[in-house]
Amino acid sequence: MNGSMEFLLWTKGPMFDIALIVFALGLMARLAEIFLLGRAPNYAAPRGKEWHRGLRTLFTRNFPDPGTFQRAPFNVLVGWIWHLGFLVILLFFVPHVELAKGVLGIGWPTLPNPVIDLITGVTLVALIATLVHRLTHPVKRRISTSEDYLVWTLVFLVVLTGYLAYHRLVEPYPLVLGMHILSAELFLIALPFTKLTHIFTAFIARWYNGATFGRKGVQS
Amino acid sequence: MAAPTTLGENLRAQGVSRRGFLKLCAATASMLALPPSMVPRIAHALEATRRPSVIWLSFQECTGCTESLTRSQAPTLDELILDLISLDYHHTLQAAAGEAAELARHQAMEANPGQYLVIVDGSIPGPDANPGFSTIAGHSNYDILMETVANAAAVIAVGSCAAFGGLPAADPNPTGARSVMDLVADKPVVNISGCPPIPMVITGVLVHFLTFGRLPELDEYRRPMAFYGQSIHDRCYRRPFYDRGLFANTFEDEGARKGWCLFRLGCKGPTTYNACATAHWNAGTSWPIQSGHPCLGCSEPSFWDGGGFYEPLSVPTTATATTLLAAAAAGAVVGGATTARAKKQTRNLVAERQPVTVEELEKKL
Amino acid sequence: MSELDRIPVVAEQARDDTQCSPLGLPASVNPILQEIRYALERLIANGEEHRIDLSALPCGPADLERLTELLGTGEVQARVEALGPTLIQETAVPGVWFVDYQDAPARRLVRHIEIALVPQMLRPQPQDLEAAITLLDARCEQETSGSPPQSREA
Repeated sequence: MNGSMEFLLWTKGPMFDIALIVFALGLMARLAEIFLLGRAPNYAAPRGKEWHRGLRTLFTRNFPDPGTFQRAPFNVLVGWIWHLGFLVILLFFVPHVELAKGVLGIGWPTLPNPVIDLITGVTLVALIATLVHRLTHPVKRRISTSEDYLVWTLVFLVVLTGYLAYHRLVEPYPLVLGMHILSAELFLIALPFTKLTHIFTAFIARWYNGATFGRKGVQS
Repeated sequence: MAAPTTLGENLRAQGVSRRGFLKLCAATASMLALPPSMVPRIAHALEATRRPSVIWLSFQECTGCTESLTRSQAPTLDELILDLISLDYHHTLQAAAGEAAELARHQAMEANPGQYLVIVDGSIPGPDANPGFSTIAGHSNYDILMETVANAAAVIAVGSCAAFGGLPAADPNPTGARSVMDLVADKPVVNISGCPPIPMVITGVLVHFLTFGRLPELDEYRRPMAFYGQSIHDRCYRRPFYDRGLFANTFEDEGARKGWCLFRLGCKGPTTYNACATAHWNAGTSWPIQSGHPCLGCSEPSFWDGGGFYEPLSVPTTATATTLLAAAAAGAVVGGATTARAKKQTRNLVAERQPVTVEELEKKL
Repeated sequence: MSELDRIPVVAEQARDDTQCSPLGLPASVNPILQEIRYALERLIANGEEHRIDLSALPCGPADLERLTELLGTGEVQARVEALGPTLIQETAVPGVWFVDYQDAPARRLVRHIEIALVPQMLRPQPQDLEAAITLLDARCEQETSGSPPQSREA
């Protein structure tokens, strides 16, 4: 009895538990470490406010300064497109919201399926473009590590299997839905231990940056 | 009992004319997704066929499958089953009881070795389970199944209990219930799953077997593709609402009244393969989704253990917010411990640090 | 909710017209017409019959209505009573028939388009025909010997 339905129920049951535990435990361990280690005490007299600037930077760093855009327009534009697409799909597709409601008990409004479908298509194309760029750009190729390719594969698989499942392009359907859930679980498991942690740490880093500059009273 | 009559003779005896029979063949061909040009051929083959001897074994079941089959309106396709076959043993339906009933089973087996069909409804306590959970005439279900199947031509597992274990096999499976295909390895097994299954499907499989002399094409769970080849979702008349993202959020909201998609109310249609959407129930009256209720997925394996009936398909079956919080709390403790160790290490290094003079460094170099 | 409510109106209106073939017919009807045409050619050429199972086609009730309208109504209408009614209707196109098989409670089992000189349901079945002379003789026999004399005297 090892059919597609058993596979789906395994990804929805025991495997989901494992992924959720590894994700929550790993991520909290890393975040606790970051916060508890803190920074070395700064004995200089502050020249500005920490909190104000820290919070402002959280937001402003979403937008690159003009210089960065001129130097690397592809990185900025395509990076923006797929990050935003990924987030919108993750947060506003009906089954995903139902998942949150089922596990966390909180739901929120959703987007119609055709809209999500369109965004998924755009995200997939953008993701492929990032890989092509990484493989063809001389500098990028040189600085890319195996972790970069692993993370790209995880992200791409999640979106691709989701697209295949929505359009029922693989039969039987429980198999492709199970593959989608499993790739999301692998994504969750890898999150605390790879550069995917930036989903959380990027904002901590931005706050520290902004706060440090704010304390010194300089522009950032 | 097992009179050597052809199906045609039997039908004539029942007052079914050749035109009437032709009509039934047309409907059956449509149901089996066979081209209508094959109708005359099916009719011709069935006319001359001897009615197969069928032994119907009922094990750990609720008789719902037999009810579903016998409650159909006459004369319909569903009733054709009883004309197609010579039902030599069915302990709920037959007049004989006790030893006479068991004798009928043995006679049918001896008279048609390698020829008779076995239909099973209900799950079976496996060979390692306590045989006392379900017995007939003092024999365990397992022994009866094995004895009966030994000389059968093929086995048809009717209903989700026989096909996959069903309700008796649901967690924690107290009787050690197993499916027919788990136990019968050396005979062709067809699963007609559903709780109950669509009676027409039994007819369809029998017609196919009698016309072509072999079983129809099966899917990964040995279900006939003609009926289980497409999901409920694929054939659902509410599918356009899913595609447009229009859902009923409760059973009494506007969406429910307008007949929108029932995904958010727990519909398992996307993962369920069955013919309800086209075959309909209760003499073609309706089917669950048409009457406003989400599909429970009753024709799929482990449907009792596949999460709540009213939980959407995307909701995990066991994970909860408590799991998440407990894991996060444990993570915080781990992070705290690692930090404490790192800080202690730093303190120790600071305490043990020996000042180095320039002379000492120069010596080393 | 209120936003979602506005969506179907747009989508539903857009639906029917976009799927039309150049003939102004729903796209799903076109292949059926082609099939009927081809079957008619073969019927005329060598008497070959053909059937199309309408319930197996991916078209909705509206599409079938258009098809029925297009094929029109012919002169022959027949009803066969065998395990419930079978309704046969000739279309305006000679050789093309609608055959509606129903069961005893007059519920549709399946609906065919049959391309034939006479639909199979109307013709005597071959095995029945073989027994026809025997049957006629048996009936005469019954009439002459079996039945009471008054019928002959009368």
